[in-house]
Amino acid sequence: MEAALGLLRRMPPKQSETALSALLSLLPQHSSDLLSQVDLPLQVLRDAESRKDFILCEYNRDADSYRSPWSNKYHPPLEDALYPSSELRKLEVEANEIFAIYRDQYYEGGISSVYMWEDDNEGFVACFLIKKDGSKSGHGRRGCLEEGAWDAIHVIQVGPEEEEMAQYCLTSTIMLSLTTDDESSGKFGLSGSIRRQMKMELAVAEGHLCNMGRMIEELEGKLRNSLDQVYFGKTREMVCTLRPPAEIVQMRLPDT
Amino acid sequence: MTNLTPFKSTDGDNKLVSPPSSFPRVIEKAMADEEDELPETELSYDQKKEIAKWFLLNAPAGEINYVAKDLKAVLRDEEVYSEAAMEAFPVYNKSHLICLEMPSRAGDVIVSSYSEITVNEYLDPRTAQVAIVDHVKQICTKVRPANDEELPSSYIEEYRYALDAEVQRYVSEAYPKGVSAVNCVKGKDADGPGTDFELVVIISATKLSPQNFCNGSWRSVWNIDFQDESQVLDIKGKLQVGAHYFEEGNVELDAKNEFHDSTIFQSADDCAIAIANIIRHHETEYLAALEVAYSKLPDNTFKDLRRKLPVTRTLFPWQNTLQFSLTREVEKELGLGK
Repeated sequence: MEAALGLLRRMPPKQSETALSALLSLLPQHSSDLLSQVDLPLQVLRDAESRKDFILCEYNRDADSYRSPWSNKYHPPLEDALYPSSELRKLEVEANEIFAIYRDQYYEGGISSVYMWEDDNEGFVACFLIKKDGSKSGHGRRGCLEEGAWDAIHVIQVGPEEEEMAQYCLTSTIMLSLTTDDESSGKFGLSGSIRRQMKMELAVAEGHLCNMGRMIEELEGKLRNSLDQVYFGKTREMVCTLRPPAEIVQMRLPDT
Repeated sequence: MTNLTPFKSTDGDNKLVSPPSSFPRVIEKAMADEEDELPETELSYDQKKEIAKWFLLNAPAGEINYVAKDLKAVLRDEEVYSEAAMEAFPVYNKSHLICLEMPSRAGDVIVSSYSEITVNEYLDPRTAQVAIVDHVKQICTKVRPANDEELPSSYIEEYRYALDAEVQRYVSEAYPKGVSAVNCVKGKDADGPGTDFELVVIISATKLSPQNFCNGSWRSVWNIDFQDESQVLDIKGKLQVGAHYFEEGNVELDAKNEFHDSTIFQSADDCAIAIANIIRHHETEYLAALEVAYSKLPDNTFKDLRRKLPVTRTLFPWQNTLQFSLTREVEKELGLGK
């Protein structure tokens, strides 16, 4: 199992789906472990009734159907399916509305979905998802990207309320890939994934949504910066190690 | 799960919360596989081999051996692995232009389709030797002198030799750890002017730092077509740069570009200098263009995926969202915004 995860870490991030299905066919007895540990780019279904798209994941799935956060109905329809309690559903509806605005502000497009369910510890779990196609044919505002995909999965475990405080444990996974294509730099592609966790104990005074939202915003920002500066930065450093820029080679003094 | 150690602000485990449906479909299938003696989902020998080859071929530069180790553990079938390795390693080695050290300090030989004599024999024109290699072990086991049929004519060799020397000079200046070779891939038996021939310049540089979770490779292939009738050298270059960083995450760079240039057909020495200058010029410009692409990332390119901050330049007002959604309604009514 550890070897399987090792393989997945080395395969090109863009091929993670192929790599995962190859491993699932080689190790069927580990399917549930593999599926729960590995994140794949998110898929989307249309909720015709609400005329909106929603994101598919293991958290809104029951058997082979998926529940839309807009209509609360399973696609395709399913009998005796799992639903959140009506109280939790109210929170879920509000979360979807607010998260859509958050998504708009940061992503200028894209699709979002939030799913909630009760857990065994008298708390609940919420899953916030975002999918953005940033390519110039998608929602890329500036037309920089030939191809661009951002998939974010935020799973928050919320503990029971105790003395007006609650424990929040957030696990965030970002998967992204971007490709630019122009004459001077040719085809330039970066892709990857990163996962981090964050735990906080917060006052419930302003409501769960507020606390969860702030945590997600903070961690998403950190991950974005990390990917940009640390991760992509390391690949840039590597390129300069392989072939240092001409200025260094010729020992010219810098102009500025 | 060493690589997935998450950043923690307090103590805790990094187990993912299990989803509500508990994978009924998948668990049923997995249980069924364990119960059956010959589950119908069992893969055939060939299917397993193809999967094994796929993993090997897609390993990043310098990581095929780590992939091989994990693959063997997952396959648990020596026979399938060995056959897959025999087929995949040569393809991987040739496409990654791996450099193998030849015995008795003769230098490195580049394994490529341009230097291939047979699948296990590769020509090093500089020392006029043929290296016999073990692809799976990625070593050169021995060398033998090249025979006349394998070497170019002395007329061609004049051009090849001059170009090789110029390229070597360029590579030693520009690449801290680069290896180059010049092979004749067409018209190598021409014994004088009057025919076309083609030389290929290969530059291969790798930097492997597994302890720093970072590996990278640079590959240049320049095809020089010496056209006798028009007295022109048609030059086509393909550059490919890759990098993989995987400390608590997984990020890959995959960049490539193609170039087209030309120069006039002159003496061997003059051609060599002209070609090397063209290569140097394009490669330097390409590196600069890559730098520009990287510098545009944080504030431009990345923004098409996710902004650093909303247009308001403040964090999202989670507590004031009622106000926000009203604003949105008003915007919609007035047809404002996007």
